[in-house]
Amino acid sequence: MLIAFGTAILTILLLASTQIEQKLNNNSKDIDLVVGAKGSPLQLILSSIYYIDFPTGNIPLKEANELAHNPFVKRAVPLALGDNYNGTRIVGTDSNYISLYGLKTQSGKFWQADLEATIGAEVAKAQKLKVGDTFFGAHGLTENKDLHKEHAYKVVGILAPQGNVTDNLILTNVASVWEMHGEEANGEIEGKEITSLLIQYRSPMSVAMFPRMVNQMTSLQSASPAMESTRLFSLIGVGVDTLQWFAVLIMLIAAISVFINLFNSLKERSYDLAIMRTLGASKTKLFLIVILEGLILTIAGTILGLALGHLTLGFIGAYQESSQAKLSGLIFISNEFYLLLTGLAIGIFASIIPASQAYRANISKILAKN
Amino acid sequence: MQMISIKGVTHSYNNLSKISFSDWQINDGERWLLLGQSGSGKTTLLHILTGILKPTTGEINIAETSIYQLTSKKLDQFRGRNIGIVFQRPHLIKSLTIAENLLLAQSFAQLPENNERIHEVLQSLGIADKKNAYPSELSQGQLQRVSIARAVINKPALLIADEPTSSLDDNNATAVLQLLLEQSDLNQATLIVATHDKRVKDAFTNTYNLA
Repeated sequence: MLIAFGTAILTILLLASTQIEQKLNNNSKDIDLVVGAKGSPLQLILSSIYYIDFPTGNIPLKEANELAHNPFVKRAVPLALGDNYNGTRIVGTDSNYISLYGLKTQSGKFWQADLEATIGAEVAKAQKLKVGDTFFGAHGLTENKDLHKEHAYKVVGILAPQGNVTDNLILTNVASVWEMHGEEANGEIEGKEITSLLIQYRSPMSVAMFPRMVNQMTSLQSASPAMESTRLFSLIGVGVDTLQWFAVLIMLIAAISVFINLFNSLKERSYDLAIMRTLGASKTKLFLIVILEGLILTIAGTILGLALGHLTLGFIGAYQESSQAKLSGLIFISNEFYLLLTGLAIGIFASIIPASQAYRANISKILAKN
Repeated sequence: MQMISIKGVTHSYNNLSKISFSDWQINDGERWLLLGQSGSGKTTLLHILTGILKPTTGEINIAETSIYQLTSKKLDQFRGRNIGIVFQRPHLIKSLTIAENLLLAQSFAQLPENNERIHEVLQSLGIADKKNAYPSELSQGQLQRVSIARAVINKPALLIADEPTSSLDDNNATAVLQLLLEQSDLNQATLIVATHDKRVKDAFTNTYNLA
């Protein structure tokens, strides 16, 4: 039972961290740099690539456009965030976004005119929206109050499932987002603003030059997804490491418990084993029988643990609120094989002493005791 | 023909009390009673006879084999094939059916599995209908019969019973004794019964007394 728990925890950790890493990498795949308002670079990355955190603030469209036309830049995708529909973020962007993520529609078409929206596959499923439906965006990123009642979005297309963040987004053009806020933010904003700019470099040389240029010459800030996710991982990593050690500890305790279990059951069954000897079973045979018992115990525990781990992760995934980093229990990875091997090793390890005891047992004494 | 002979056998536990056993010759097909109070070394002698306990000195020959000259593995196999032992308590493997317990005895002795033989033995002991029952479903008397079945399943040349009747009531004791005699006849096995049970004595002519 302990083995099952230990393995389950390790499985969950292993699966969760690989899946999160995979998702993060998948989402930031072709994005070399994010440019946004000054603030935490990690926050900028989280909000603009993973759509998890709040945006850092707005940047003037004019400056963004200047950067977009910089010779270092191959492709620049503007993002305008700030609204949601039932918790799903509405992203104002342009057609570059489609080519950046290689999007395809499964029905309908991509947004073109103002207030047309193309929604992610998951969104369509979860919110039960289909082509032709209309909905109201709400101000903010999660709350459902403060609806923009004046303008309704119209769903013109649904994306094919991509396996990344776009499954959980509502895409529209930047102008639509502006229009939403046009009345509210009347006097405050001078000129038009966007939230951030996703940038793809023209050449690897840009890596060295461009971020410095942005940070020094403009009032903006640049953040590299690769660097920030590494930083994020080193932060999460501490927790994962601790949990991993914890699970290893549990496995160790499990090994000891298997040992004690076998040791005790051996005491009870020493008579049985002695009888087997009188029936002609050799010492080696008894040794193997006890080892086999330990192995069966631990392997059953390990397999149970693996199943439990997958089940739990599937459960967590099903009840997860943040749809952006959904976990799945149905993905198997090769590292689990090593868990199985570890279970095997524990089984052999824990049963070797009881087995050798069975091997050396003085059957005459055991039989005489009764 | 000589089945068993023991010569100059002594055994001492922890170099303290030394028991010496007088020499003993048993011929093929004979029936012997091994008498002695508890503590007189009865079990020790039986263990020495069955190759479970190596004596400090002396030699034991069974069917012209000096059994303590054999390697441990050979000895285990020799015992499985040639000696059937009935213990005071049945001690069957609880998680296996009666038939499976007997199959186990065949496979431990590295003999081919033989279901007909199992049926035949159970039939002769009158418990063929319990073949697929588990030990917990049987009465004490029935269990002792199964343990006799297990002892004779491999047609041993020597059948040894250690206090086979002491935990049984009169009826069952008589029945078990009868079965032991019957089975040793049927399987042409030499029979040695160790006991202090007076109910058993009359059935035997040869006795070996322990001081």
